[in-house]
Amino acid sequence: MRALRSIPGWGYAAVTRWFVGGAVAALLAADLAVTSLHPWADLQRLLGGLIHPDLLSVEVWSVVYTIAFAILGVTLGAGAGFVLAIPFARFRSVRLLCAGLRSVHELFWALLLMQVFGLSATTGILAIALPYAGICAKVYSEIIEEADLAAVRVLPEGTGAISAFAYGRLPDVATAFRHYTLYRFECAMRSTLVLGFIGLPTMGFYLESAFRQGRYAEAGALLLVFYALIGSRRLWMRLSTLPVLLVLSVLALPRTIGTTNWLASLGRFVTHDIVPSPLRSGAILDPETWSRLGLWFRPVLTQQILPGAFQTLVLAQVALVATALGALILFPLVSRRFAGPIGQPFGRVLLVIVRSTPEYMLAYVLLQLLGPSMLPAILALTIHNAGIVGYLMGRHADGLPYRADAPTGLNLYAYETVPRLYGQFLAYLLYRWELILRESAIFGILGVTTLGFYVDAAISELRLDVAVILIVATALLTAMVDALSRALRRSLRLTDLPTRLSEARHGPETSPLRPVCS
Amino acid sequence: MLRRTLCGSLLVALGCLVASGPARAQDGAKPAFVFTGIPDQDESRLVERFGKVATYLEGKLGVPVKYVPVKNYPSAVTAFTNGQVQLAWFGGFTGVQARKASPGAQAIAQGAEDAAFKTYLIANTKTGLMKSVDFPKAIAGKTFTFGSRASTSGRLMPEYFIREAFPGKTPEEVFTRVGFSGDHSRTIQLVQSGAFEIGAVDYSVWDLDTKAGKIDPKEVAVIWESPPFPDYQWTVRGDVDAIYGAGFTEKLKAALIGITDPAILAPFARSKFIPVTNAAYEPVERVAKSTGLLD
Repeated sequence: MRALRSIPGWGYAAVTRWFVGGAVAALLAADLAVTSLHPWADLQRLLGGLIHPDLLSVEVWSVVYTIAFAILGVTLGAGAGFVLAIPFARFRSVRLLCAGLRSVHELFWALLLMQVFGLSATTGILAIALPYAGICAKVYSEIIEEADLAAVRVLPEGTGAISAFAYGRLPDVATAFRHYTLYRFECAMRSTLVLGFIGLPTMGFYLESAFRQGRYAEAGALLLVFYALIGSRRLWMRLSTLPVLLVLSVLALPRTIGTTNWLASLGRFVTHDIVPSPLRSGAILDPETWSRLGLWFRPVLTQQILPGAFQTLVLAQVALVATALGALILFPLVSRRFAGPIGQPFGRVLLVIVRSTPEYMLAYVLLQLLGPSMLPAILALTIHNAGIVGYLMGRHADGLPYRADAPTGLNLYAYETVPRLYGQFLAYLLYRWELILRESAIFGILGVTTLGFYVDAAISELRLDVAVILIVATALLTAMVDALSRALRRSLRLTDLPTRLSEARHGPETSPLRPVCS
Repeated sequence: MLRRTLCGSLLVALGCLVASGPARAQDGAKPAFVFTGIPDQDESRLVERFGKVATYLEGKLGVPVKYVPVKNYPSAVTAFTNGQVQLAWFGGFTGVQARKASPGAQAIAQGAEDAAFKTYLIANTKTGLMKSVDFPKAIAGKTFTFGSRASTSGRLMPEYFIREAFPGKTPEEVFTRVGFSGDHSRTIQLVQSGAFEIGAVDYSVWDLDTKAGKIDPKEVAVIWESPPFPDYQWTVRGDVDAIYGAGFTEKLKAALIGITDPAILAPFARSKFIPVTNAAYEPVERVAKSTGLLD
């Protein structure tokens, strides 16, 4: 990483060339076949379902559970994140813990938690809370670091650390915390929906059934309800309504059908299931055991981790560059300067819908429409992320101060807006890189041969030891890409630009731009 | 204000999480008897058949009986091994997995048809493949989909037959593309739509879907029937007698074998349930070990 920082010639153009070159190379290795014979017929039926939704078929409790899991998951995650944010900057161990928590995807957490807590509310809530604690700790700590220290400096000597924090710092960062936390809630709604695809009783449970059996009117209705919930969240999800929502969420939680003796399950999970199988039977001090461990690990490495990691990187690389192209095409739609006062609101609605659609669900649907290959996964990642980056870029485009005699149309776009926003554009993309990679790994569960594919296989074979090793490998890959992305942003001097939340500094509107899911 | 709200909220949430855990389920005198089944076909059919079984068992056993739907095969096994369900309708292989991970569990009843179950290899008619008695080696080089990864008739046995027909090769080496559809109804749809050229399905699901009019004979046909092997069974946990009283396992077994109502049996595509023991599934276990799916 340090070497990268000192590479002198790395400008925007060089980075762009490297990424595009990488994506072209990855495309050669990617499997892009369309195997389904009637993709358009299915797509038409799907769109028909959205136009004629069967609203009566919506399972109301699944909507309630989706909201309840999201609210409780975010509250626990943000609460834990808040506590961890305070020692975050000072202790490396806290930073490592948080990095570990957030580099494992919610779905992987859910698959592991299910082994212990079964199909229960606890599994759903913790699957959200654990990774969100990691990410919230990091972001809260960044917000604290960026905050104005003026109030702290004038505190009398001998002020306790807690008092100093509560009275000197918290008032300054509270707004940023609130915005970020409410934003996490939107992400959590998407995550919770997706948890339904593996069996938790949220909206995803019914969406999966509806898509699988081609009941598109029901799927359309569920989707419309979900968009309505996301679209109206600022009306009902406020700090003032939070206590009421929390109590209601707890009361509404589904009763677990059947009980699991979770302490016993946890014990078995930790001391038996996830211990590599050669270590379970053999004596720890026996060198024979360790050579058997090597024999056990080698095929996992060569036949699962390496090919899985390669395919994950291929998918992420292609999707990242496709996202970049998509965002460049889409952002004028949400910019007043390009789309005009009438076009802009439509563009915004379109992009908000696109980014509200969980990419996992999008990939699931596209895999059904196009058949099994990497193409549906690339499309899903691109559509979702281009929607997000395009939306943010469009708002930046309107925030730029233009000269009165600035050109218009394509000339303005190509010679002024894009060049001026290019650094910001790269900052967003480099930030999304890690998120795209995490999601690429997860898509393996749907049948693309990324790391998740092998995790799914290991779980099907009840080889949780292998599953855990694969999940750890995924987390390490994610962390590596995260570090590389940060090094690149430093070398390009992009670190001061907004990535997760674009602070309203440059924006024309008073409300800060909402961050993008991380 | 913010801090108070956050802290208060956190406490409430924590308190309730703790309260909503195992404590809540212990308030009833008799815990509900819970079962599940592997989701091997269209969900509407699963809901129909297991709903009927739940009502029937509740009448026979005198305890509340509930069915937990799951989304995939390993979830069913996990629910069984961590004790969330006490009874499950497993396939041959998932049953072996569950009994291995949960000592004391017993296979108690199977469908009369399960003693000699079959896999069908099906092909999209555009491949031009015809039905044959011998294993159709012409399927090499085509695209192929299994059912669920942990399916007996949709994965384990077909993989075994493929490895026998092409010695020294894995399915990935025999076919140009190998997929896992998730369930048998989906396998049929995928081969019918041409997304995959060949597929392996459970013959009973093929028959049910044929009856339901979901199969277009112009698009997809059976090209091979496998030799027989043991498949689905009801497996019960070893600790049910301790929870629901001595003799509960026997009572449950008698209740399952005593099902005569065609309305319950028809959605299973079974004529009746017959007694079975763990030993009947030793062949499945051997095959699972030989294909590397089981240690």
